[in-house]
Amino acid sequence: MGLLSRKDAKLITDPLADNNPITIQVLGICSALAITAQLKPSIVMAISVLFVMGVGNVVISLLRNLIPSKIRIIVQLIVVATLVIIVDQVLKAFAYSLSKELSVFIGLIITNCIIMGRFEAFALGNGPWKSFLDGIGNAAGYGLILVIVGFFRELLGSGTLFGFQVLGDPVEKTGLYAIGYENNGFMVLPPMALIVVGIIIWVQRSRNKDLIEEN
Amino acid sequence: MGLKENLHKLKMKYEGKKMAPAFNALHTFLYLPNMITKGGTHIKAADDLKRTMNTVILALVPCLIFGMFNAGFQHYAAINGLPEGMSFFSTAFWNMDNFLLGLVTVLPLVIVSYGVGLAIEFLFAVIKGHEVEEGYLVTGMLVPLIVPIDIPLWMLAVAVAFGVVIGKEVFGGTGMNILNPALTIRAFLFFAYPTWMSGDKVWVHEAVERAGTPDAISGETILGSYAQNSDVMYSLQDMFFGFIPGSVGETSKLLIVIGALFLIFTKVGSWRIILSTLIGALVMGLIFNGVVDAGWIQEGSKFFGLMSVPFWQHLIIGSILFGAVYMATDPVSAAQTNKGKWIYGFLIGFISILIRVFNPAYPEGVFLAILLMNVFAPTIDHYVIQGNINKRKKRLKVKTA
Repeated sequence: MGLLSRKDAKLITDPLADNNPITIQVLGICSALAITAQLKPSIVMAISVLFVMGVGNVVISLLRNLIPSKIRIIVQLIVVATLVIIVDQVLKAFAYSLSKELSVFIGLIITNCIIMGRFEAFALGNGPWKSFLDGIGNAAGYGLILVIVGFFRELLGSGTLFGFQVLGDPVEKTGLYAIGYENNGFMVLPPMALIVVGIIIWVQRSRNKDLIEEN
Repeated sequence: MGLKENLHKLKMKYEGKKMAPAFNALHTFLYLPNMITKGGTHIKAADDLKRTMNTVILALVPCLIFGMFNAGFQHYAAINGLPEGMSFFSTAFWNMDNFLLGLVTVLPLVIVSYGVGLAIEFLFAVIKGHEVEEGYLVTGMLVPLIVPIDIPLWMLAVAVAFGVVIGKEVFGGTGMNILNPALTIRAFLFFAYPTWMSGDKVWVHEAVERAGTPDAISGETILGSYAQNSDVMYSLQDMFFGFIPGSVGETSKLLIVIGALFLIFTKVGSWRIILSTLIGALVMGLIFNGVVDAGWIQEGSKFFGLMSVPFWQHLIIGSILFGAVYMATDPVSAAQTNKGKWIYGFLIGFISILIRVFNPAYPEGVFLAILLMNVFAPTIDHYVIQGNINKRKKRLKVKTA
């Protein structure tokens, strides 16, 4: 990677796997449970968070020497809120049905612990370029899990991907449904998202034993 | 050179290797191990985990056999009409036709349940390098008894895999599970494939295929009929003996009571839990009867059917009795302290009837109530123990003061 130094590249690759915000830091679980019943909202959510985190980290990083530490949380909130409102309005303007589907969860990006966590832990102490990479990396790690969970939940729960019936038509009984397969209604319910995330954590930790905490 | 010697040799051959636990389990399941500890003082007790499990299975066998007869009986009754004046020993029930049909429908459920469940147990034992635990023996027997007769086998296999892995192995295997694995399996089936787990067409063999054609009986469970405020066509006697549609093994209250007495007599099942569950159910039933008598709920209300059921009848409709005797008493997931057992059981009965009456989507709330209280059992125990500690502390203070 000629563009990035090795240290900078690590800022992006680390949160994708060994320091993933969802599976390792266990942050941002709520939205991972709420909007992953289908793949499309998962991806839209991932992109929205990518935008908010990338821009937000840069803004906070630029302001980091101007913000009095006593009121820094309020300043951070204003920055996130502004960005989230932009995302919300863009979605409402260009993808109204999706915006309906995601409903309050776009607004709730404000409360996504990953964002405030990265502002506090990284952007307040690092330059804009590094903060940008860190924001992108963490949002990508978050989005990756969202997409994996969304993929399995939509495929097994509704038999579709992006709304296309990849397993056949459940009403006409074609494809897999012809031999008696049925959609798993449990996959559509939020508890199953928690279990899928749990299984991802399980797989990840059994592949990399260093991640298992001592207790 | 009997089977035992061969198994022992096989075991010795694989000792220290990866597959050792699997062969070990085969051997100790069938025979006493060859290795005997020598020297020192030992207490030899026969009531180990294997014996406990086998006792429960023994208590379940009558329910399973009755379930097979009932499967055939319900199927033929749906075609030919319900015979009049059934007594418990009627030949209309105990005949070869009924049994054969039950055998070919119920036996695959048992085989799939044990096959998938034990395969996963063996797999985990080999991966984690511990001995295969006996925990699945009872679960494997319970599962076929609490599902509808026509549940597709692959669904059962998926559910068993889910229940054993997520309900038990992730917590650390037998003895560590928070939830009852058999009920986890049922809950999975219920939420994943609701069309196969509820409604009026799943409880009798091939009722789905016959849908649309005039049936002699509806195939609706008693609870289902009450929930829809329609008439119940079964007598109290039918309900008690178990000549009614329902999950495979939970219909015969007579055999469950016999099983309960057997479990209590052998001290395997806790009589406190069984009794307090029944008391809880009766109290809730009485409250609902009181509400109806007071005139707060009128005939047109959707709750009227189930609320106006005489309180004691709640025990012989649905599967509260089966749940109380075989599920709530699971020693791993139940409360451990004596006082805790009373609270735990009472709340199971209480909440079961509550769900049964108030949520028409879940006509049988027993499994949900037991799972819920499984989660609360450690908390109940904690407060019982803390209460005891505080009482003793106070006593100490009074003495020293």
